[in-house]
Amino acid sequence: MSDLTRLTISQARAKLRGKEITATEITEAYLSAIDRANPALNAYVAVTGDRARDMAKASDARLVKGEGGALEGIPLGIKDLFGTEGVHTQACSHVLDGFKPRYESTVTANLWADGAVMLGKLNMDEFAMGSSNETSYYGPVINPWRRSRLDTVVMPTTHQGDGGFVTAGGTKTQRTLDNAQLVPGGSSGGSATAVSAFLCAGATATDTGGSIRQPAAFTGTVGIKPTYGRCSRWGIVAFASSLDQAGPIARDVRDAAILLRSMASVDPKDTTSVDRPVPDYEAAIGKPIKGMKVGIPKEYRVDGMPEEIEALWQKGIAWLRDAGAEIVDISLPHTKYALPAYYIVAPAEASSNLARYDGVRYGLRVPGKDIVEMYEKTRAAGFGREVKRRIMIGTYVLSAGYYDAYYLQAQKVRNLIKRDFENVFAAGVDVILTPATPSAAFGIADEDMAADPVKMYLNDIFTVTVNMAGLPGIAVPAGLDPKGLPLGLQLIGRPFEEETLFQTAAVIEQAAGTFQPEKWW
Amino acid sequence: MSVDLQTVKRVARLARIAVSEEDAERMTGELNAILGFVEQLNEVDVSGVEPMTSVTPMEMKKRQDVVTDGSKAADIVANAPATEENFFLVPKVVE
Repeated sequence: MSDLTRLTISQARAKLRGKEITATEITEAYLSAIDRANPALNAYVAVTGDRARDMAKASDARLVKGEGGALEGIPLGIKDLFGTEGVHTQACSHVLDGFKPRYESTVTANLWADGAVMLGKLNMDEFAMGSSNETSYYGPVINPWRRSRLDTVVMPTTHQGDGGFVTAGGTKTQRTLDNAQLVPGGSSGGSATAVSAFLCAGATATDTGGSIRQPAAFTGTVGIKPTYGRCSRWGIVAFASSLDQAGPIARDVRDAAILLRSMASVDPKDTTSVDRPVPDYEAAIGKPIKGMKVGIPKEYRVDGMPEEIEALWQKGIAWLRDAGAEIVDISLPHTKYALPAYYIVAPAEASSNLARYDGVRYGLRVPGKDIVEMYEKTRAAGFGREVKRRIMIGTYVLSAGYYDAYYLQAQKVRNLIKRDFENVFAAGVDVILTPATPSAAFGIADEDMAADPVKMYLNDIFTVTVNMAGLPGIAVPAGLDPKGLPLGLQLIGRPFEEETLFQTAAVIEQAAGTFQPEKWW
Repeated sequence: MSVDLQTVKRVARLARIAVSEEDAERMTGELNAILGFVEQLNEVDVSGVEPMTSVTPMEMKKRQDVVTDGSKAADIVANAPATEENFFLVPKVVE
C-alpha cells in the first residue's frame, strides 16, 4: 500500500468513496506519521488518537452505506485556538492550563458534521500573537523545509541516481540540505507544518494580520483568509475581534476550496457572521480567467525587498497575463499605514479580550494576599512576553487621554485603507496580485527579530492590509528561492468573492506546480 | 509620544499584570519602539474621515429577547480553579 498521507483531500475523498481505502486506514497512517515526526517538528500539542479512531470508524460505517458527508473520513488537524469539546484548548498559553471547553466551536462542529476526523490540536503562537510560532508556551514549531545549496560534483564515471542528474561534462548537480532549523511562520505555524509535512490532510487556522497566509507561504502550502464574517468566530479564542477570521491551510488550491466550503456557514451565534449562502468554491477551479482585470499595487514594492520576491511577483504577473488576464497598475496609497494602524487596533482589542483571564473562571490561578494580587500574579505567570507586550500597548492606547490620539486615529486610517481597496474595485479590478511575504522562512531565534519587536511585525506587511479592510486573501506557493525555500504569492479579492481567488490561484498553481519538502525528520 | 518607567508601571497596574523593576525597564524600551513605529499615523490627513465601526456594512442582527440557553451551571464552573456548589471561589473581597 502506498503512503496514504501523501494523498490530497480530493484524492483521498475519491478513494474513500470508491471504497479503495477506509477512513480507519488513512487515520492510522496519519497517527503513525505524527508519532514519528512530532518529536522533531512539534506541530501537535495534543494528539487525540482514540477520538480519531472512533470518528474514523463512524465514517467507515457511513461510507459503506454511501452516506458520507463532504469530508467523510478526512483526517484534519485543528489549531489550538478552536474550542473543541472535552479536548485541550489553550491557545498555546500557560494561562489556559488544563482548559477543556464544554462546547464546540461552530467551525469545527461544521467539519465534524461533514464527516471529518480530528487528529489533534496544533501548535501556534500564544493567543495567535506572533509571526514565527516561537511565542507558544509549548515551544517553537519547526519548518519541514530547510535551506539547501546546489553543489556541482565532478563525477569520475557517468552515474545517475541518488537525487542528482548527469550533465554533459560528467559533473552532477546535487542539493545538500543545511541543518539550520527554520520557523514555519505564525501564528498558524503548527497548521502549516502539519500540512506541509504530511501530518494531516488539511488544517484549520486563523488569521488576524497574516497568520494563515504567512505560514502558508513559508511552508509551500495554500492558505486562505476568507472575508470577515464568512466563517463564524463563535467558540474560537478571541484575539482581535474585528480582525480575526478562520480559514484553512491545505496542500493545494482545490483542497483549500473543499475545506472552506465546510468551515464557512451562517451562524446566529456570531452577530458578525454574514447572512449569505456558502457557494461551491471547488466549482470555480478550472474556470478560465480570460479578460479578468488583475491589479498590481505599486506600494507593495518596498525598500529592501529581496530580488527573488520581485522576480516571483513578475513571474506571477506573466502567468496571469499568459492565461488571458488584463494586468493593470493600481495604487493603494495608504498601504504603508496599515501595519502601524494594526499595532494600535489589534492590541487594543486584545487587551479587552484577554481581560477575562483572571484566575477565576478557568485556567491558571496563582494565589495572592488579596484578589487584586491574585489577578496580577496569575496574569504575570500565565502570559508570555509578547502577549504581555500587546496587552500593555492596548491598555495604554485605550487609557484616558490617549484614546483619540491613538485608537480613534487608527480607526480613521483603517477606513482610508478600506477606501483605497473600494476605489480600485470600483474601477473594475477583479483581483489584486502581491507577494505574500517580504522574505522566505527565517531561522529559529533570529537575533534581529528578538531584539526589535517591530522587525518581527514587518513579516505581515503585505497581509495585514487585507485584515484591516475585511477582505479575502489567499497565499499560493509560486516557486522556490535560490536556497530552495518556498515563496508565495497573495491574491486579494472583493468582499465575499472567494471564488475569484480560488479560480485565479488555480491558474498560478497550474503554472508553478506544487512543492513538497525533502524529508529529513 | 513615549512612555517612562512610571507610566509603564501604571499601565501594568491597569492591565493587572505584576511586573518586576527589571520587567518594567525592559518593557519601557519595547513599548517605546512600538509607539515610535505607530507615530507615523499622525502624518495621515484624516479630516472628514469617520472612524471604522463595522468591518462589513451590515445591519446589527437582532433576536427576540427570550431565553435561548441556560441551566448549565455545572458546565460553566467545570474549568474553574476553585468552586463550591456551582459558585466560583475567590479570595475575600469585602471585609
